[in-house]
Amino acid sequence: MKSSTALSQDSERDVTNRRDDFPVLAERVYDKSLVFLDSAASAQKPQCVIDAVNHCYSQEYANIHRGVYWLSARTTKTYEDARAKVQRFINAASQREIVFTKSTTEAINLVASSYGGSQLKSGDEVILSELEHHANIVPWQLLRDRIGIRIRVVPVDDRGNFLLDEYIKLLGPHTRLVALTHTSNALGTITPAEEIIRLAHDHGAHVLLDGAQFIVHGPVDVQALDVDFYTFSGHKLYGPSGIGVLYGKADILSAMPPYQGGGDMIRQVTFEKTEFADIPGRFEAGTPHIAGAYGLSAAIDYLTGIGMEKVAAQEQELLNYATGRLKEINSLRLIGTANNKAGIISFELDGVHPHDIGTILDREGVAVRVGHHCAQPLMDRFGIPGTVRASFGLYNDKSDVDALVTALAKVRDIFG
Amino acid sequence: MLELRELYQEVILDHGKAPRNFGKPEGVTCESNGHNPLCGDTVTVYLRLRDDIVEDVGFEGRGCAISIASASMMTELLKDKSLEDVESMFLRFHQLVTEDKAAGESNFEDEEFEKLLVLAGVREFPMRVKCATLAWHTMNAALQGGGDEVTTE
Repeated sequence: MKSSTALSQDSERDVTNRRDDFPVLAERVYDKSLVFLDSAASAQKPQCVIDAVNHCYSQEYANIHRGVYWLSARTTKTYEDARAKVQRFINAASQREIVFTKSTTEAINLVASSYGGSQLKSGDEVILSELEHHANIVPWQLLRDRIGIRIRVVPVDDRGNFLLDEYIKLLGPHTRLVALTHTSNALGTITPAEEIIRLAHDHGAHVLLDGAQFIVHGPVDVQALDVDFYTFSGHKLYGPSGIGVLYGKADILSAMPPYQGGGDMIRQVTFEKTEFADIPGRFEAGTPHIAGAYGLSAAIDYLTGIGMEKVAAQEQELLNYATGRLKEINSLRLIGTANNKAGIISFELDGVHPHDIGTILDREGVAVRVGHHCAQPLMDRFGIPGTVRASFGLYNDKSDVDALVTALAKVRDIFG
Repeated sequence: MLELRELYQEVILDHGKAPRNFGKPEGVTCESNGHNPLCGDTVTVYLRLRDDIVEDVGFEGRGCAISIASASMMTELLKDKSLEDVESMFLRFHQLVTEDKAAGESNFEDEEFEKLLVLAGVREFPMRVKCATLAWHTMNAALQGGGDEVTTE
């Protein structure tokens, strides 16, 4: 067995070599090396993803599912192969359970509109948590306004831990759906998905996990989780933006009406009526992001090549290092120190607004996210307008954390 | 390239930390709320008008150093000004923080308005221009009759 120091040195080497796979990281910002610490918003793309998108448009591109000619057949095959790749990546039982959407947001809206609109009724309860991104709040409010569901909210403690006991109290005879983040985009908290799902199922409720952040953090096995819906985006997974995934159990998806009407989602159309296609096509009206599927497929290959266990281990190591370094700064307060966290660190500095910190760090070449991170209820919970958030990707190492710490000293220089 | 020190000049840091006219004055005749959805910052601007003169002005809210300093300096400038002067300052301030140097600063001859030149630095930080203009737009909306919340989007 390797000692932890040896593992650490290996990781450093791995990451340093990996940086070269991401061309944008060679860019200089204000004549400084780019230190990119905003992967939780959107990750950078490795050359293989860029090449795959390029390959689609330069060598294979045609519309899918309809053309009888060679080029269209070829594009259709690659598009459907991408679906199979996603299926294997999250260990879904069938390709039919993988619906391509444009984003996590669209995937959640699809479930709220189609599943919510057809399976839920006035008085039914949907459980969310204080950790949710607006994308997993607003669709349920729209549904509430449409059909009168009730939204219940699981609180978090002062460290950002999901409060399982409070969740249990909210589960009841009216609970029909539990829609929770698998990892908080603002605090990094990883929620106890296995227990959440088991408890919901004990109450006969379905579970949707917003996996936009978790999917890049470690292996996901939807069958082992026994989750009913799982959503994520390509762009946080080092793939293109404009493509996302909704996983749904086949029997549940099959009972849901279409989300949008259009081409590619029908079996037969007359002006009197339309027979809808089977899943997943029923939920994929219109020409999808074809090149996006090529890119997503390449991104999954890239991640699988490294191994998601290794990705998670390296991220944890970096998170621990960063947490230690930031704690050395006296006027800095970490927001979100949950027991189980992904590589996301939110913090504030005494007397300096996050926006000002963001501008100063930017001039030092350090890209972080500042503000409420589309999680205003969570910011309200902590009584703050926003935070500075550093989040880590496959290409980040300790030198990036050191650059952040140095740049934060510059903030203190200016603001005193 | 503009240095950070030029954006964060002492006078801005000072107004940011200890804003002037923070609070609601007596006998307010018009007010409006402003909001920057990008960062969640909010500001409320209060005015007391008498015979088309700004007799008193104040603000409340939370925001970054730039937005608080801009609001604070605005209130200092507007006191005792006629509505006509206020409108012209609003337009000139907008020019100052959005247009290039030559066009922006040539018009600003009066000494009082010159104090605002310290905010001209935001031109070089496009993501921050809205921080500087939020209070001014909110003030303008208050004069136009309040109504809907002003947003920077």
